[in-house]
Amino acid sequence: MVKNTAYEKVKAARDQGKILTTDLVHQLVDGFFELHGDRLDADDHAVIAGIGYLKNQPVTVVGISKGNDTESNIDRHFGSATPFGYRKALRVMHQAEKFNRPVLAIINTPGAFPDVESEYHGQGSAVAQSILEGLQLKVPYISIIIGEGGSGGALALASGDEVYMFEDSIYSVLSPEGYASIMWKDSKKVPQAAEELGLTPQSLLKEEIIDGILPEVKDESDVANLREFLSSRFSELKKITVTDLLAKRQLRYEKF
Amino acid sequence: MEPSKFHTPSTDLLKKRMSDLPDNLLKECPVCHKVFFSNKMGDLHTCPNCGYGFRITAKRRASITFDKFEEIDAEITIPDRYQDIKYRQKIAKAEKITGIKESVLTGPATIDDVDFAAGIMDPYFIMGSLGTSTGEKISRLFKRATKESLPVVMFTASGGARMQEGIHSLMQMAKVSSAVSEHANAGLLYIVVLCDPTTGGVTASFAMDGDIILAEPHALVGFAGRRVIEQTINQKPPVDFQRAETVLEHGFIDSIVARADMKKTLYRLLKLHQ
Repeated sequence: MVKNTAYEKVKAARDQGKILTTDLVHQLVDGFFELHGDRLDADDHAVIAGIGYLKNQPVTVVGISKGNDTESNIDRHFGSATPFGYRKALRVMHQAEKFNRPVLAIINTPGAFPDVESEYHGQGSAVAQSILEGLQLKVPYISIIIGEGGSGGALALASGDEVYMFEDSIYSVLSPEGYASIMWKDSKKVPQAAEELGLTPQSLLKEEIIDGILPEVKDESDVANLREFLSSRFSELKKITVTDLLAKRQLRYEKF
Repeated sequence: MEPSKFHTPSTDLLKKRMSDLPDNLLKECPVCHKVFFSNKMGDLHTCPNCGYGFRITAKRRASITFDKFEEIDAEITIPDRYQDIKYRQKIAKAEKITGIKESVLTGPATIDDVDFAAGIMDPYFIMGSLGTSTGEKISRLFKRATKESLPVVMFTASGGARMQEGIHSLMQMAKVSSAVSEHANAGLLYIVVLCDPTTGGVTASFAMDGDIILAEPHALVGFAGRRVIEQTINQKPPVDFQRAETVLEHGFIDSIVARADMKKTLYRLLKLHQ
């Protein structure tokens, strides 16, 4: 199916059949070993973190994942991370720095979890730290938005060297539903909101917010292609000295 | 029935009496709900009962907080590519009320003998929302401060990202953070003063990046808005869940400083880092 309108993209990005972040991580990374907890408070199940090999190359992986049934979705707050989740991700990212491993972030989130508990535990601060420290991470850092890239909750894990999006994915400052409700107080205008937000990979590539559009992952050969692509990108980034890498990263965000 | 000894004035008469009252004679504090005569707020615009600092324009804040202040990048305004009529009207209105062309006022400032770079977000400029040029002005301020080895004092007041500017607004969180980290890596001090309200994307970036984070009494400080929480997960947050005092209790604010004490507190902290 060709998704012509932005709203069709929104629906495709949220499709139940889309590969889960957790499944993609296990398929992409050989010998994936999951690391739990933020070593402060808790282990947020919306965030997956761990280590493994990407084509013989050790990598650290972090991701935000939805679930595939009611139980797993409740367990993962429908893919919305709490401060514990962001702090877990940041913890393993710092560990990656220590062992000089590149970092891969895989994102599918409607946004940071909006609940009272997350507020009490500093949701804003957790996202702020993820962005600030992600920008300064001394190893190659690539992010892929595979479904929804919801606002600051997604940006928290997308402040590295390169950001990619799957063909059927979206990235925006707020949901089209939120936009329609605030701008026009009219839920029927969600398709128009999607259009105005410019949230499709195509629009975002044109605006140079992202570095490329990647095909959807449906079978093993897609996984292999993605693995090949990422591994070559990491190899390229590894050739750059840390000073140059950070300077380049800084420029990437300063141009906005 | 005996005629009443007391006359109840007619509705029309009451209306007339009310309209004879000057506007803004009385003020109600949105936090403690005490009603008082406006002149009791004083120059600082604070509640005489609970100390809440009313929302004030950036220019006003500069005048009550600094001894000297010089605005820079005053001409930077919303990029031309945003041509939506409603948005343009909002901008025009905001400019008229605040006297500035973007939601933040920036420039070198002085308190007594201490120089620093200051940024003040204006809650009357489209709710202090983070537009592309807001991010640009703050980013330039940090870069200038880094170059001149000056500390930065940032007063935040914002509803968060500016949705009219879409993804570019979101990217400002990263852009400003990048400038903040450069400043931090140079070993320079960054003080944040959280003012009412500081929320959303501003809380989730430079408002929480300070070496020292202060807040005005009872300021609303949070990430997700009350309505978003209520509508998304059907949870009813307590009245004070995002009050500065609550956030302090949870460990994310260093100190709450009354507006009357702000100038001398900033001076003391800046002096200690000289």
